Amino acid sequence: MNYTGAEIIIKLLERHGIRQIAGIPGGANLPMYDALSQSECIRHILARHEQGAGFIAQGQARVTGRPAVFFATSGPGATNAISAVADAKLDSIPIICITGQVPQDMIGTDAFQEIDTYGLSVPITKHNYFARSAKELFEIIPDAFRVAISGRPGPIWIDVPKDVQMALVEFDEWPKNGVADNNFSLDMQSIQDAATIINEAKRPIVYVGGGAIHSEASESVQALIEKLNAPTVMTLMGLGALPSRHPLSLGMLGMHAAPFTNHALEECDALIALGARFDDRATGKVAQFCPDAKIVHVDIDASELNKIKNAKIGIVADLDDAIEALSPLIDSKEADEWNDRIEQLKGEYPMYMPDLVDPTSAYGIIDHVAGMLEGETYITTDVGQHQMRVAQAYPFEYPRQWLTSGGLGTMGFGLPAAIGAALEKPEATVVCFTGDGSILMNIQELITAVEENLNVKIFVCNNNSLGLVHQQQDLFYEKRIFAANYSRAVDFVKIAEGFQMDSFDLGTCVDPMSLIANALAKPGPALINVPINVYHKVFPMVPPGGANKEMLLRDRVTA
Amino acid sequence: MHVCSLFARRAFNVDGVLCLPTGDVTKSRLWLRVKEDLRLEQMILQLQKLEDVLAVRRHGASHAVFERIGEYFRE
Repeated sequence: MNYTGAEIIIKLLERHGIRQIAGIPGGANLPMYDALSQSECIRHILARHEQGAGFIAQGQARVTGRPAVFFATSGPGATNAISAVADAKLDSIPIICITGQVPQDMIGTDAFQEIDTYGLSVPITKHNYFARSAKELFEIIPDAFRVAISGRPGPIWIDVPKDVQMALVEFDEWPKNGVADNNFSLDMQSIQDAATIINEAKRPIVYVGGGAIHSEASESVQALIEKLNAPTVMTLMGLGALPSRHPLSLGMLGMHAAPFTNHALEECDALIALGARFDDRATGKVAQFCPDAKIVHVDIDASELNKIKNAKIGIVADLDDAIEALSPLIDSKEADEWNDRIEQLKGEYPMYMPDLVDPTSAYGIIDHVAGMLEGETYITTDVGQHQMRVAQAYPFEYPRQWLTSGGLGTMGFGLPAAIGAALEKPEATVVCFTGDGSILMNIQELITAVEENLNVKIFVCNNNSLGLVHQQQDLFYEKRIFAANYSRAVDFVKIAEGFQMDSFDLGTCVDPMSLIANALAKPGPALINVPINVYHKVFPMVPPGGANKEMLLRDRVTA
Repeated sequence: MHVCSLFARRAFNVDGVLCLPTGDVTKSRLWLRVKEDLRLEQMILQLQKLEDVLAVRRHGASHAVFERIGEYFRE
């Protein structure tokens, strides 16, 4: 058979099950785009910024758990993609970025739209490749898929010079597809020791992170915690591993956790960490995080064990496999004094969400939207106060329902990620809660949502400021608010109109409940402006650098 | 490149680097001279995660390799 490098790329992507690719064409990737135009099974989604394309791919990968691919051209295309790929690295999302590059004989000459893409992508990818010949693509592409999904998932970047895309190759067979490595052997002694610690614990807490989602382990996690009757906390990335309303769920832990959650953690004598990495937002001051607890830490990435807190027992394994081995060795526990103590703590240190009944308030909008949504739904957010409120208040029900930028905390994530989710789940409703600051960072993708006619409902929590910055300055910088308030208020309804998207304004309406219901019911994308008071803060809040129990609480009198 | 970038971005100082192909043309050996540091264990675990790294071996202080090559680096 005779194929060009570009055709080989497209064919191999088809063989790996890729069906929708977001991207933007440019000089250096025209051959790839020409080959893509001939594909009968891959659709292209034209984004309006490569960062948007990258986050669209993330949305796809986060809801399916399978690798997603996006394309960008050389030079500015590559540099624009960097934030989305770095974000995927920190949240362990399998996306594959394939960029065009100037022809090899021009590399190093400061050619038009030339940049050291390979060099720039080293620190922000799980692995990256530079294709020196079309023949190398037969190894690179399957390997890229293998690396993206093996062990701890992560982003891959493949840089392909234009001459390689155009080179013709003669060959007989297509290579085998890349499949996940399967080289984990469980250390049964560690499993036994872990079981002993857990069985002896009087006040265990299970701490579930993003790893539980990535390994599709939420059913086994749920079975385990129910067997133990163990109260369970989730990280921002772990939300949805357990339904928020599960009786054993204590919700999110850490910087913006409910008051009772951080108190409970202080009292636990065994912390069972499943697929979590003891991130500073979760632990607060490490020395004071679960000070009396023996730690059992299960993670697929060996370098996460003992990185922050020393584990009594560290187990390197796929979470599902580890729980399967562990569960039979664990004694069932009935609900006991520890569970009573938890209920007591909930009563003494309740979570207070003001104005929940008012659908136009910061928490109220989340609660009412959640109540009105039916069927399959996915929730994305941007970054800031709105993100924390959704994490605190939204009743998540299943894994992969929740898409948020955790590790890198990238404003601009929400809208394109929602687009990616909707592309993979066209029957579902995808709600994007965003802020006025965040949505402007990838606002151009509004037209992408319209072109694809996706069920994406964008709620702009609008306080005309960088809310979380404002909050920090108000609380920790002696109210010196600087560069956190926008001096002009953007009219998002008008912007949406310009992008040909239906828009609604809760600020000027008489019947907010109907307005929200209409916006959700009508098929297709919609933007809903939700005015919010900037002085309404997110509480509790652990001051940066503080211990979790030093959290600041909401004063019931002031906001 | 991946190896040096890993040390650089974690602000872990490397004061000596040697790299040459081994007898097997597809593989190279990289010698790094670093200060004893609490984070060395973490660095070794991170090195092992790199796709291009096949194995990591730790040697004691002042291995002969840097002494001998060091002759070529005197002023």
